[in-house]
Amino acid sequence: MAVTVNLTVNGAQHTVECEERTLLVQLLREHLGLTGTHVGCDTSQCGACVVHVDGESLKSCTMLAAQAEGANITTIEGLANGDELHPMQQAFHENHGLQCGFCTPGMIMSSVDLLKNNPTPSEQEIRHWLEGNICRCTGYHNIVKSIQACADKMKAA
Amino acid sequence: MTTGIGARVLRKEDRRFITGNGNYVDDINVNGQYYAAFVRSPHPHAEIGSVDIAGAKASDGVIEVLTGAEVAADEIGGLPVGWGITQTNGEPMVEPAWPILAQGRVRFVGDAVAVVIAKSIDAARDAAEMVNVSYTPIPAVIATEDAPKDGAPQVWDEAPGNTSFDWEIGDKAAADQAFEGAHHVTKLELVNQRLVPNAMEPRAAIAEFNSVSGDLTLHATAQAPHAIRLLLGAFVLQQPEHKFRVISPDVGGGFGSKIYPYAEYAVLCWAARRMGCAIKWTADRSESFITDAHGRDHVSEAELALDADGKFLGLRVNTVANMGAYLSAFGPLVPTFLYATLFAGQYTTPAIYAHVKAVFTNTTPVDAYRGAGRPEATFLLERIVEKAAKETGIDPADIRRRNFIQPDQFPYATPVALTYDSGEYGATLDKALALADYTGFAARRDQSKTSGKLRGIGFSLPIEATGAAPSAIAGQLGARAGLYESAEVRFNPTGSVTVFSGSHSHGQGHATTFAQVVSDQLGVPIENVEVVQGDTSNSQFGMGTYGSRSLSVGGSAIVRACDKILAKGRKIAAHILEASADDIEFVDGNFQVKGTDKAMNIAEVAFAAYVPHNYPLPTGDPAQDENALEPGLNEQAFFDPLNFNFPNGAYICEVEIDPDTGVVQIVDFSAVDDVGNIINPMIVEGQVHGGIAQGVGQALYEGAVYDKETGQLLSGSMMDYTLPRADNLPMIKTGTTETPCPFNPLGVKGCGEIGTIGATPAVINAIIDALGDYGVTDISMPATPEVVWRAMQEGRA
Repeated sequence: MAVTVNLTVNGAQHTVECEERTLLVQLLREHLGLTGTHVGCDTSQCGACVVHVDGESLKSCTMLAAQAEGANITTIEGLANGDELHPMQQAFHENHGLQCGFCTPGMIMSSVDLLKNNPTPSEQEIRHWLEGNICRCTGYHNIVKSIQACADKMKAA
Repeated sequence: MTTGIGARVLRKEDRRFITGNGNYVDDINVNGQYYAAFVRSPHPHAEIGSVDIAGAKASDGVIEVLTGAEVAADEIGGLPVGWGITQTNGEPMVEPAWPILAQGRVRFVGDAVAVVIAKSIDAARDAAEMVNVSYTPIPAVIATEDAPKDGAPQVWDEAPGNTSFDWEIGDKAAADQAFEGAHHVTKLELVNQRLVPNAMEPRAAIAEFNSVSGDLTLHATAQAPHAIRLLLGAFVLQQPEHKFRVISPDVGGGFGSKIYPYAEYAVLCWAARRMGCAIKWTADRSESFITDAHGRDHVSEAELALDADGKFLGLRVNTVANMGAYLSAFGPLVPTFLYATLFAGQYTTPAIYAHVKAVFTNTTPVDAYRGAGRPEATFLLERIVEKAAKETGIDPADIRRRNFIQPDQFPYATPVALTYDSGEYGATLDKALALADYTGFAARRDQSKTSGKLRGIGFSLPIEATGAAPSAIAGQLGARAGLYESAEVRFNPTGSVTVFSGSHSHGQGHATTFAQVVSDQLGVPIENVEVVQGDTSNSQFGMGTYGSRSLSVGGSAIVRACDKILAKGRKIAAHILEASADDIEFVDGNFQVKGTDKAMNIAEVAFAAYVPHNYPLPTGDPAQDENALEPGLNEQAFFDPLNFNFPNGAYICEVEIDPDTGVVQIVDFSAVDDVGNIINPMIVEGQVHGGIAQGVGQALYEGAVYDKETGQLLSGSMMDYTLPRADNLPMIKTGTTETPCPFNPLGVKGCGEIGTIGATPAVINAIIDALGDYGVTDISMPATPEVVWRAMQEGRA
């Protein structure tokens, strides 16, 4: 059976008709064409699909699209301010915090939420926060550095 | 120059990935596409009776259901093997057919039996559940060590003893003799466990057939698009290459698992051609776990003979390597020429002999996974060397130093077929010892003890062969393809440069590194250089990206093409500047007449080549046309390396173990690598970090666990198979020594796999060192808390 979902994604309002079993990540990718949010697993382990739902990071494969009724969603495509990258995006670029790029949208969305909750995380706090995001390329070294650099920059600003 | 060779240039490709604009196969949709879902065997070994597709075919949205019967009727070939091994007895390896949908029998859990093609992915998956296959299970052999046993179930009738091949390398008599005179012999038995690659992007494909033109297009998650076109086109589909295009867009990691011409790609192409449509398939992670080629899976025993001074006299190795149910494309290469040829390590061991038996089991096929054979060799060697150090009481750094190949011995021919290029193994070790503060270790161990922790330090000195290799020699050894790489460097009329390469980045940053090389060679600003890969319609040919070959082979092809550009540019400039070509020198992007201020920029030369008004065009008079030039500035080159290159390093790992729980924490990791000249240090460090994480993964966390009775992959999801997470790893200290490789024009060595190869034994050696007081001399992988805790209890007993 189809359901109708009204939600705001990256500032734009959408009304989407989808199957009841449709996951939020499927709505974003398949109905709205926002393919920056990725699917890397089927057990909610990898974190490639992390988006912000009403300002909090969330694995969009763990939520039915129907549950997002009325929600305000930000995906990786909505993070930059026009051509101006979000400081976290800039930090990942400047610190080589990505290789293949597949986990990167989820990593960045998760990291933005970390600094919102904890603007000055220690290395261990960063590593602990990232437990739900798997990267197979970087060994996390430069991801941790990216987040540290972003935190430093945002603190100085 | 801040963007040329050696500069820490930020990646040109980053922006699309950090803004969500990457273009991976699953992000692509083709108008009117259907969706495929595969029906897979739940049994490791069974006869297929009937395949009842009636229910599935009648299901909502289903267009077609195809089985092995249609594959056979259409005379579609089996999946090809890219490397043939000649056995010790001179016979070829046993190479059973691997049909793209099973014929009569299934041989591993996940073997594809049928495909459902439907209007939506949900409809395809729902209908796949309705395909009713009647299986008659037959006994299966799962474990590597069980395969060669008498009475073991036979995977293939044509492979008695489940043996694909029996192979050896080295001088057995010389090795035996070395042991006769030995002062000490160290013995080791070990298992190099099976791993699942787990690139973060699952495999995906879209096949499109244009019934009017006869053109077949395959979008696929591929490390080697040209090789996939060649192998699938020629051997499976009989689709000629000029009517077959393979596009591999952004690829979300591969680590070997995306090299191969998988059955799913072939099925999609065949079905799309048969039905005249487009069909999409994306693996879910569970499907990836059972169908992506696995890695490693060796069971070995080894002996090292030493003299009284700790010099290595001889090494003997016996290995059983698990191939899985079928031979994957490069499966037979991995436990042979990528493995046993590395047993000299960094040492002068004069006599080495290795025997390898490759066996079939009812499991997912095994092929190259990051390192491919070389991690298995390095793990065995660096474990037995460290064990020998413990047994003889020689410091682990010192025992290695006593056996190093010295810098003045290069090129150095080992007893196992390779000729090493260059290295300063002692200097590399010294740097690692300094980076790790080796002299301070005893104090740190004492400090850990006061907080109730056991601290250990472990060494690993990896060496590997990358950038394979002269095609002619590889052909003699069994390669069924060439191993060169192609490049095209194209000046556009207004001075920008497009570079086409047959290699294909899947995270390695080629768009940046290759642009640095071209910017450096041609004096063109890096922002004016674009690297194009991953489409058989763009780059002429190529063998793709694997085995850490892209820069040393593909980058060298780019250099050769740049050389041709400069040679032609010199002639054009000579004509315009009215000088002899011999008097033209190329400096910082300008062709100038020696000793004068007459010069023109290479961009101006390119413009002249495309707007040839003042240009040595052919006149038609042979007498005048000796120095004539065609318009345009666009050159191709193929580079076939003279030899492998041999990255090497010195890795030191420190661990702390909680004796109550067996939890291992890596507290320090130092890696010094010699990867020859370095184009972009930032990218090299990133490759090393990521490689080390995968090596640590094997040591501590990862392992494909099969149920020996049912053949089910128990660790078949990311909830069951432990991938390293951010809090499992420390910051990694890296350093380099640079001894240029003399066999390629850039002097580079591969950097993509050395981290993985080096890390695993360093971690395990550190754990064993930490548990020395408990009498532990060996530990199995992955060294989970349970494994470590049990070893401590048993060691104590």
